[in-house]
Amino acid sequence: MRALDLDYMLGLVPVILGYVPLTLFMAAVAMVCALILASLLAVERVVRVPGLDWLVILFISFFRGTPLLVQLFLFYYGLPQVVSVLTQINGVTAAIMGLTLHFAAYMAEAIRAAITGVDRSQWEAAQSIGMTQGQMMRRIVLPQAARIAAPTLVNYFIDMIKGTSLAFTLGVTEMMGATQKEASGSFLYFEAFLVVAVIYWIIVEVLSQGQKQLETRLGRAFAR
Amino acid sequence: MIRVRGLTKRFGTTTVLDDIDLDIADGERVVVIGPSGTGKSTLLRCLNFLDRPEAGRIEIGSVSVDAARAGRRDILALRRATSFVFQNYALFANRTAKENIMEALVTVQGRSKAEAEARAMEVLGETGLADKADSYPAALSGGQQQRVGIGRAMAIGAELMLFDEPTSALDPEWVGEVLDLMRRVAERRQTMLIVTHEMSFAREIADRILFMDGGRIVEQGPPADLLSSPRDERLQRFLRRVG
Ligand SMILES: Nc1ncnc2c1ncn2[C@@H]1O[C@H](COP(=O)(O)OP(=O)(O)OP(=O)(O)O)[C@@H](O)[C@H]1O
Ligand SMILES: [Mg+2]
Repeated sequence: MRALDLDYMLGLVPVILGYVPLTLFMAAVAMVCALILASLLAVERVVRVPGLDWLVILFISFFRGTPLLVQLFLFYYGLPQVVSVLTQINGVTAAIMGLTLHFAAYMAEAIRAAITGVDRSQWEAAQSIGMTQGQMMRRIVLPQAARIAAPTLVNYFIDMIKGTSLAFTLGVTEMMGATQKEASGSFLYFEAFLVVAVIYWIIVEVLSQGQKQLETRLGRAFAR
Repeated sequence: MIRVRGLTKRFGTTTVLDDIDLDIADGERVVVIGPSGTGKSTLLRCLNFLDRPEAGRIEIGSVSVDAARAGRRDILALRRATSFVFQNYALFANRTAKENIMEALVTVQGRSKAEAEARAMEVLGETGLADKADSYPAALSGGQQQRVGIGRAMAIGAELMLFDEPTSALDPEWVGEVLDLMRRVAERRQTMLIVTHEMSFAREIADRILFMDGGRIVEQGPPADLLSSPRDERLQRFLRRVG
């Protein structure tokens, strides 16, 4: 047993904090893209477009059925060998793509379940006033599904933030990559990884506070 | 003018609506009565395609639809010519009372927000709920929700208003206020087709009562005739039962 090098740890904090924006950037962009993609996939799964349904099922099955790390390697190291336009792709872009597709598959299932959880009478009321399918989905069903799915989606966002740490395997210097570099210089692995762990933890805790506020806001219409 | 010819609806192998013919004059108020499971709700739901009939022709004002061949546009046109009041109110849970009424005006009829809002406030005034404009459905009593539901259907200005047992889900204390509102709608000679078990209300409001049994209109006529001297034995039995 040796004592922790606290001075080293304190010195490391601002260094790693400097990479928080990149981590949040990757997670935020991937989250927005994944939400849009997942909503489209979920709506397709509910209305079942003939000829498209099997493709969506296959997509969801593949991206849920394989590890995120494998998918990232496939995009970053594998695909450029087959598809030449992708040789330009950098690690950050590949990570965002991978996170987007991977989490879209999970979120699509959560959103699909939420859509089916919206009371039948809501669909019928929308149809009875002559709304088109699209209007009904956009204005009545999806907003109510959002409330049902919100807790699950926030959990995926938290997973996604932690998932950005895998970008370091694609050569991206984000929080994890920076920590790894620092640690291999100082050999103080425990201290370094403890610091980065606590920083991830704090980010997630702050988000969990936001989650409560989001749920209150989305639940506003349903409070008595 | 509403003309229905040969309307037929099956669920699987059971025929729920059996070749229904029905004419309703402009401003006429028609009440449908009959035992449970005889297709009263299905008739109303088929008229605005919440259930898709297998066969028949439905004409409502200028809209004419052949059920067997109806496409997306036909269905939307028919729905826009009718409005529906649900037994369980079915207010949009994510919209306030005012927004519930505005929704069809803005999204479906393409009116401006300001115009729709003015119309919604006017309708809320008529339903006696102006002070609840910004309340969400969850915060309203059953009676208030159903009055908003009727307001939503009124505001559309549809050729035909359909009411499917609008008071059946209500606690007895709220039934009166909903029936009062329906009386006011009826006074404007709005064309209405109403399913209800409130016999005294039916007698009072209806120009004509239809008695349905087994997916058919068995007997029809003005309330005075139909209720005091029923001819069909099934209607006699039904009236004995409901008192
Ligand atoms: N979606 C459905 N699938 C299968 N059968 C159905 C469906 N909807 C209605 N039915 C059947 O159709 C018949 C007519 O139902 P409907 O709801 O129109 O009756 P109703 O006259 O409105 O009865 P109530 O007075 O109980 O409301 C019933 O036998 C019912 O079981
Ligand atoms: Mg019924």
